[in-house]
Amino acid sequence: MNQSLTVGISDYKYSKELDILVTYALGSCVGVCLYDKTTKVGGLSHIMLPDSKKFDTKDINRMKFADTAIRDLVKELDNLCLGRSRFIAKIAGGAQMFEVQPGSKIGGIGERNIVSVKKVLNELRIPIISEDIGLNYGRTQYFDLATGIMKIKATNRGIKDY
Amino acid sequence: MFKNYDELNDMQIDLLREIGNIGAGNAATALATILNEKVEMSVPNVRITGFDDTILELGGAEKMTVGVLVNFSGEANGMIMFLLNLDDANALMGNLFGEEQKNDELNELQLSAIKEIGNILGSSYINSIAMLTGLRIEVSVPYLSIDMVGAIMSVPIIEFGSIGDKLMFIEENFIGETEELKSNIVMFAEIDTLKTIMEKLGIEI
Repeated sequence: MNQSLTVGISDYKYSKELDILVTYALGSCVGVCLYDKTTKVGGLSHIMLPDSKKFDTKDINRMKFADTAIRDLVKELDNLCLGRSRFIAKIAGGAQMFEVQPGSKIGGIGERNIVSVKKVLNELRIPIISEDIGLNYGRTQYFDLATGIMKIKATNRGIKDY
Repeated sequence: MFKNYDELNDMQIDLLREIGNIGAGNAATALATILNEKVEMSVPNVRITGFDDTILELGGAEKMTVGVLVNFSGEANGMIMFLLNLDDANALMGNLFGEEQKNDELNELQLSAIKEIGNILGSSYINSIAMLTGLRIEVSVPYLSIDMVGAIMSVPIIEFGSIGDKLMFIEENFIGETEELKSNIVMFAEIDTLKTIMEKLGIEI
């Protein structure tokens, strides 16, 4: 217990021990923490893109996309909780790292990731109880499964608890 | 015919290395002119790696970095990223403007100077590829971000990592007479752009 598990890009980790999950330097990607308070089971998913549907479904990494990653993670957590659990979500990231001109194709991906994450969580009836999203800076996200506290460390902004 | 970056063969990778050599060589000349100092360039590396390894190879996720991004589009599509350690950027600006850096904050003038350097490097890189291939390529205005390198690199990773789990980038270091000039130039291109360039240069795809 109490080890730190690093979540890579297009990756998720989950645990029923009191571990700390961490994902470093989220930019336009979105980190989604899911947690069941009673069992202290939780997971963290580092999502890169909003929607898997426009890609060949046989060939994709399901952990990369909001629509597939969140659903898969919920299933894994459900198994660990042995049944109906009550998850809450805390999310971070989805920044716009460069001030690009409106209409540029690299603009708005952070925002689209956030919109998709919120839509999927809503469909799964999982409430988002806190968020640190958008704007124009990177964030490192820690999720402590002992307490359910999400910590966000951002450049020149110190550390905030959620 | 390759569909993913990890299907590139040795001959194709050699060609990309040569493109990096020509592009960054041109950029190094431009940089030497701006700074009025000798600038050397490392041998280009063609990297085909996973997303996390990409960031690891550029200094590690939380390393504070100044990044200038230039997009290119038209008959070839991709991004050029100029990366400089924040500490080195401060020192470099001290040299360039001939004054002691009082604190870690870069001022507006210095930020636009770095942006312009990134712009010139990106444009000279792309111009040399356009000359070599005869392709029509347009270059965007430069965009600047000062942040953790992982967060900065999320932009090209998202853009070029939608298919497959590997990225291809061509990376080289500039080394100046003064230590501070150590910086990277990194080029990402769409798979279709790699095919177009190879066709133009007569390499089998």
